[in-house]
Amino acid sequence: MIREPLIFEISAPGKSAYALPKLDVPADDKALAGMPVRTDIPGFPRVSEVEVVRHFTRLSQQNYCVDLGLYPLGSCTMKYNPKINEKIAGLPGFAEAHPSAPGETIQGGLEVLHRMEKYLAEITGFDAFTLQPSAGAQGELTGMMLIRAYHEDKGDARKYVLIPDSAHGTNPSSAHLCGYEVKEIKSNAEGRIDLAGLREAMTEEVAALMVTNPNTLGVFESDICKIAGVVHEKGGLLYMDGANMNALTGIARPGDFGVDVLHLNLHKTFATPHGGGGPGSGPVGVKKALEPFLPYPRVEKKGAAFALEFQRPKSIGRVRSFYGNFLVVVKALAYILSLGPAGVREIAEIAVLNANYIRKALEGVYDLQYKTETLHEVVFSDKIQKDAHGVTNLDIAKRLIDYGFHPPTMSFPLIVHGALMIEPTETESRRDLDLFIEAMKTIAREAAENAEVLKAAPHQTYVRRLDETAAARNPIVIWESDKS
Amino acid sequence: MSYIALSDQDKKEMLARIGAASVDELFGCVPGEARLRRELDLPAAMSEPELLRHMEAVAARTTYGKYRSFLGGGAYYHFIPTVVDSLSARTEFLTPYTPYQPEVSQGTLQVIFEYQTLIARLTGMDIANASLYDGASAAAEAALMAQRLTHRARILVARSLHPQYRETVRSLTRNLGLAVEEIGFGDCGGVSSAELRSKMGPDVCGLIVQSPNYFGVVEDLAGLSAIVREQKGLMIVAVAEAVSLGLIEAPGRLGADIVCGEAQSFGIPLSFGGPGLGFMGCKKEYLRQLPGRICGLTKDVDGKRGFVLTLSTREQHIRREKATSNICSNQGWCALRAAIYLETVGPDGLREIARQNLLKSAYASAVLAKIPDVKLRFSGKTFNEFVLELPKDAAPVAKAVQAAGILAGLELAAAYPELPKTLLVCCTEVQTKEGIDHLAAALKEALR
Repeated sequence: MIREPLIFEISAPGKSAYALPKLDVPADDKALAGMPVRTDIPGFPRVSEVEVVRHFTRLSQQNYCVDLGLYPLGSCTMKYNPKINEKIAGLPGFAEAHPSAPGETIQGGLEVLHRMEKYLAEITGFDAFTLQPSAGAQGELTGMMLIRAYHEDKGDARKYVLIPDSAHGTNPSSAHLCGYEVKEIKSNAEGRIDLAGLREAMTEEVAALMVTNPNTLGVFESDICKIAGVVHEKGGLLYMDGANMNALTGIARPGDFGVDVLHLNLHKTFATPHGGGGPGSGPVGVKKALEPFLPYPRVEKKGAAFALEFQRPKSIGRVRSFYGNFLVVVKALAYILSLGPAGVREIAEIAVLNANYIRKALEGVYDLQYKTETLHEVVFSDKIQKDAHGVTNLDIAKRLIDYGFHPPTMSFPLIVHGALMIEPTETESRRDLDLFIEAMKTIAREAAENAEVLKAAPHQTYVRRLDETAAARNPIVIWESDKS
Repeated sequence: MSYIALSDQDKKEMLARIGAASVDELFGCVPGEARLRRELDLPAAMSEPELLRHMEAVAARTTYGKYRSFLGGGAYYHFIPTVVDSLSARTEFLTPYTPYQPEVSQGTLQVIFEYQTLIARLTGMDIANASLYDGASAAAEAALMAQRLTHRARILVARSLHPQYRETVRSLTRNLGLAVEEIGFGDCGGVSSAELRSKMGPDVCGLIVQSPNYFGVVEDLAGLSAIVREQKGLMIVAVAEAVSLGLIEAPGRLGADIVCGEAQSFGIPLSFGGPGLGFMGCKKEYLRQLPGRICGLTKDVDGKRGFVLTLSTREQHIRREKATSNICSNQGWCALRAAIYLETVGPDGLREIARQNLLKSAYASAVLAKIPDVKLRFSGKTFNEFVLELPKDAAPVAKAVQAAGILAGLELAAAYPELPKTLLVCCTEVQTKEGIDHLAAALKEALR
């Protein structure tokens, strides 16, 4: 198969893919005098338009994507992204509005923000939302900043944040960026937070407990109300990572089960495309007591009109420019409006049905370290295949690629060695679920009969297994034709 | 509208296979006290035509598009070549996740690698990351990076840095023991080098300066970096109007150690402020303290060239609380648009676009400054924005110009009380001479 060259390798002097209108003001080069001006940008490519088009079209064909098939990355919620939402986000009133324009000229944008805050508050059971955070990790950071501001306002910021050992790596990292020391809470044999352990760890020096619910095993923390009680009793706050909210929409609301601060990922639960890594959006919901600390500006409704409010003396400030990833919010709003209340509940119902269907079909074929019932995802491991045939989760993942699927999540939870975290989401058809199950069973068979085919997988991709160690040891992160 | 792909028969059979009587039974682990016992209070479901009609009506309540706009201040309207929209809309770019599985993500990875190369070359830095959320948070990440690299307690921030960038730097660093101090601007509109010299010390991580700055003024980066360097501090240059890099010398050749900023200008619509595209480049020796995703070149088992996400030991999923940043994603799709934009316009196109920005803005500032009692507030050289000082309060004047169908500029008084009666006016390549003359006439009329 032919590899698409780097654009720099097909560049040639004199080519161009762009023409500008003729300058219609005086070419007064005095304006440039006294300024450090560059005459060229060394190493920039010169290509024609058709070469640009073929370059990116060919590159696009080297990607797997949700529109091609099941993308079972656990905790990433790779559901179908409705096409209409893209069209709506492209409406000039949304896509071509300047964020600093006078209030009366941007009413549509402000209405989107105001309504989205209201709908997210209803879906999750909170009193107020900010849509400013750009992604889940920035939402977490914002949430922890709010918690710190709340405690500081009471006179003591406190010292520690408790985080279960099953948590995603962004949790401890975000807590640390707020100046907190992280204490890890061990999971019990069910894969849940150990209530006795929590009671012991929860002191008046602890600012918050960060939970993910359902957690990264897909297990619901059934003691969540008691957990909230233990945290609140010592004056702490309960933070919830909403990465797995897809399991709960319309079924249970974090604000009702004791959570004080929550972040959502619009690019997960609310079907906005992941874009090969972003842009996302990480709104944060809070209970009344934390509302004064939310980032400014806030959108307020004054009579029939919407306005931006900047006077927020207790606010944590800004976490980025303007109002967040607005167009992502537009897409998510369109999604909520298309589904309606029953449709939003159906997200969780079918996501959980699909995940349990896969679990049932593969239980016994793959090891399930925690037997506890699960909701929207299931975490198998490579234990059976590894112990008997030396086949790892990486081998299984790479072989799945040959069968036309994206592999599951493998990098966490850290409490399951050789994890295969599978989240099908609610938008998969029975046929695609069955094909995936069949592929996983075939791979298990191959592990026993022909392990080598797994260890050398994938076989049918543009490139085969890549040397990640060499990439990290001798990093080449930009193109320098003389070196590569 | 529902996006569920199961038939009722499918559901029935699947439940039977699972051994559950109903879907509700699958939620048995969610205790009653935690359950929602009512339907959500949301608007009724809409069909696609209803949704489109509804959202078109909402979008139409933003009337900004009816005005001729001279607004800039960190969000810029530039022409976007059609290929940017049509190629970035390809579903193979839009609907994958972060490229964790390189064998099925070579498209995204190669695009990131090209993007990193383009940013490094534009900024004059050795290396660049795979992008950050936006310019403001990129500036905050740069401050934290400088703290990690120098282990010093203070950082200096130009008052001529975008107000929102300054606010973001303050809020994101405030719990990490980094004192943020501002350096004022002189009559030229650039950083006061005397004040910088007096505040710079051996306990200072470095200086964050924007160029062209918030007032559009091109800073004397070489001069400022010499002062910063005397104390072995780091020179951090923020660029909010990335198009300027096509014409103005790369910050890396004027003493910058880290260059960060906002690249919305490269093929990304105004989008009411987001998503944009944060970028960051730095010297090679700082690679392991660079935050965010980084794509690297490597070989596969057959010796074929390929790309992977690399240096993940800096990152949260391995290092957890000791990570260089909590960032988990980039603005992948926006970086793609920037790459398509830059490869389409090429070095000559970008230079010409930048030149037209500068010349149209120079024409506008000259025409506007001829209006009686209107003058340029600063003497420094500007790129595509400039600050006008009016003989009276800017707000009613701007309103009067708006009545003539023109948004003349941003009022600076709220963010800069020391700059009353001023407007920040922006002219990109999309403005025409006729439009600029129209603005001048309307402003003259409003001041009469």
